[in-house]
Amino acid sequence: MKIGNELHNAWTSARKRTRVRRWTRNSFFYFVLVVVMIILLFPFIWMILTSLRTQVENTSAVPVWFFKPTMENYRSVLDQHHFLSYTLHSFIVAALATGIGLVIGLPAAYSISRYKQKRLAFAILSARVTPYITFLVPWFAAFRFLHMVDTYTALVSTFLIVSLPLIIWLMITFFDDVPVDLEEAARIDGAGEAEAFLKIVVPLSTPGIVASAILAFIFSWNQFLFALVLSGPHTQTVPVAVFNFITYGEINYGGLAAAAVLITLPVVLLSLFIQRWIVQGLTMGAVKG
Amino acid sequence: MRSSWIDRNLSWVFPLPAILAVLLLIVGPVIANLAFSVQNRSWGIFPVPSFVGLGNFVSAFEDSRFWSSALNMFYLTIIAVPAEAILGLALALLLNRDFFLKGVVRSLVLLPMIATPVAVALIWSLMMNPELGVLNYFLQSLHLHRSLWATSPALAIPSIALVDIWEWTPFMALIMLAALQSLSQDQMEAAKIDGANALQRLFRIILPLIRPAVVVAVILRTIDALKTFDIIYVITQGGPGTASETLNVYAFKSSFLYLRIGYSASLLVILALVVVGVAAILNIWARGEK
Repeated sequence: MKIGNELHNAWTSARKRTRVRRWTRNSFFYFVLVVVMIILLFPFIWMILTSLRTQVENTSAVPVWFFKPTMENYRSVLDQHHFLSYTLHSFIVAALATGIGLVIGLPAAYSISRYKQKRLAFAILSARVTPYITFLVPWFAAFRFLHMVDTYTALVSTFLIVSLPLIIWLMITFFDDVPVDLEEAARIDGAGEAEAFLKIVVPLSTPGIVASAILAFIFSWNQFLFALVLSGPHTQTVPVAVFNFITYGEINYGGLAAAAVLITLPVVLLSLFIQRWIVQGLTMGAVKG
Repeated sequence: MRSSWIDRNLSWVFPLPAILAVLLLIVGPVIANLAFSVQNRSWGIFPVPSFVGLGNFVSAFEDSRFWSSALNMFYLTIIAVPAEAILGLALALLLNRDFFLKGVVRSLVLLPMIATPVAVALIWSLMMNPELGVLNYFLQSLHLHRSLWATSPALAIPSIALVDIWEWTPFMALIMLAALQSLSQDQMEAAKIDGANALQRLFRIILPLIRPAVVVAVILRTIDALKTFDIIYVITQGGPGTASETLNVYAFKSSFLYLRIGYSASLLVILALVVVGVAAILNIWARGEK
């Protein structure tokens, strides 16, 4: 009886010790995690805080951490700088580069997946290694000659250099996962191969198509280099507009930060839907997340 | 059975639009750029483009600005990529377990690499402002010297590297995390029973197993780091002077500021060869060590 009690006591205290140890280890983990996340997110936090402060607060020698938020910066960006029309330009160009990329890219990716056209796949991948300015210089010469600088055609066709390979490489991995049996079943029912692609494969791959569309849209939205050279007053995109605020405008911290928040917000919202596929997209399918 | 023309020729009809697009958008400009690189050429019709053979390449090798921009390019890559690999591994090991709000944390970790690079560069240049930037305030609070950050010639490249590291460490981390999560628990358990401590487990077991993923991540990041453009052009535009001018930025300026298309094209050919060469060397080295 006595021995049993002692054993029981020893056992409960040992269990308590492991629990305490696990608790310390856990709280240490969460402490490190919180510190890492604060460092990682600080630039975003600072961007938002700066966008909500007045110029006087933003230029004080010691950072103002507590203040009454103002929407003045957002109002001035939206009113004064044609920000909405730049947003519209960005949206049109990104949507067209994504849409055309899908129309051209989906059949190509399907054919590469089914007929193992590896050489074609690697030719497309070469765009990833080449410096983008290599494409930009001849295209600028051509569009200048054709008087087509500052047109949607110029922007969309160069943006395709980024969106098309991205869509094709991501979709190859998605089409590889669609069982060939399903298409064969459809063909036995009398459908041709093209019909089976449209009626069976595309609907089954909707999640993949949505993911590559969103990624292509994000990349086109973020595009800076091509837009910097090929856009003009009629087609200027938001990143170029913001770059011009920095270089030509007076340094209005709040306004710049508000503009940065406004460009980033759509991208962040879209990324929430596809976080599983972002790494796969950025590695051109080399790594599945 | 009914079989239409498209179905019989699907293997080339389906990829045809993409092949034409690739020829027109990618292959065409690459060939045009090669042709430009052996010409003395500006925008427009005058001066009439003339063939100069390898003259542009000879000028490049005699141009001290070419060498300094090439050096800056390597300097940036050599600071940024190893730091991203080490910090990325640390972050991946930290996140490789179940914890409260894991999904939210993973979404937040993605933000630096999907945020618009111009916005990222803008907010960092505000934070690194020598007079009013919050980073100098932090340095001062820690009783350290205030820094000139990207406005000092000596610190311009390290400052750009800092932004690049912040932007791309999560990318490395998520690739490595995917590899970590595919490891079998048996191997880890066996190592634990054999009495290997955490560091031994990391270096002898975990790293060799996730090596292929690390190699892919490092090669992709190296390719992109050599070609860095957006954050440099927004934060310093290659300055002060030419202190943070990389080969990519110098080629851009040669085309669009100095209007020397032929010369710029030769710089781009060299840059492309360097990128392909470095990627190939990394690849061979990674295979050889196995």
